[in-house]
Amino acid sequence: MFALTDRPIEEHPLRQGGMHNNGGALVLFEGHVRPMNKGREVSHMEYEGAEALAANEFARIERECLDRYDVLEIQCVHRTGTLHVGDMAVWIAVLAAHRAPAFDACRYIIDELKQRLPLWKKEFYSNGTSEWLNTP
Amino acid sequence: MIEINVTYYAMLREQRGCSNERVQTEAKEAGALYDELAARHGLSLPQSKLKAARNNEFVAWSTPIQQGDRIEFIPPVAGG
Repeated sequence: MFALTDRPIEEHPLRQGGMHNNGGALVLFEGHVRPMNKGREVSHMEYEGAEALAANEFARIERECLDRYDVLEIQCVHRTGTLHVGDMAVWIAVLAAHRAPAFDACRYIIDELKQRLPLWKKEFYSNGTSEWLNTP
Repeated sequence: MIEINVTYYAMLREQRGCSNERVQTEAKEAGALYDELAARHGLSLPQSKLKAARNNEFVAWSTPIQQGDRIEFIPPVAGG
């Protein structure tokens, strides 16, 4: 499951909704906005995404993950819009029978998401400057 | 001429001044379309740093484009 939302991520409904009978291990990842980046104080971030393209590409990542790791279910929600320091930008849950593949799969999902999903973030600093991250 | 629905994101959106536009073009491939729009609007990111998507899937720049396609130009990503 993948979703983009411009509202705060509510994880409790997601955690309860996805449980399979054989799920013994649930690994969660949360990405939060940090107060400092490369020595600069962050005031807020703007996140943007290409929704349909991201959903299609995530579906591909999810299939790869299910092929590689013995896991039952993967859920991911990513924010768009304005986020402040401490806000959750991304939430990933991986359910498996056992913990080892759950940890490995969760890492795979966040690593691939960061490399491949059409999502962008603009960082605004307290000194008034701003920057689209990863811009060449 | 064919009509293409173009979407820009992030820095490209800021440079173009809009998110979406309908474009009339004689370009036959996604790459040629970007070159045309980049020249017309002064888009500074080179094609080599971008990716293209056609109808919600990533495609090669050499992919042919057709009437009514949705083409998105994808700057270097930074999710998570």
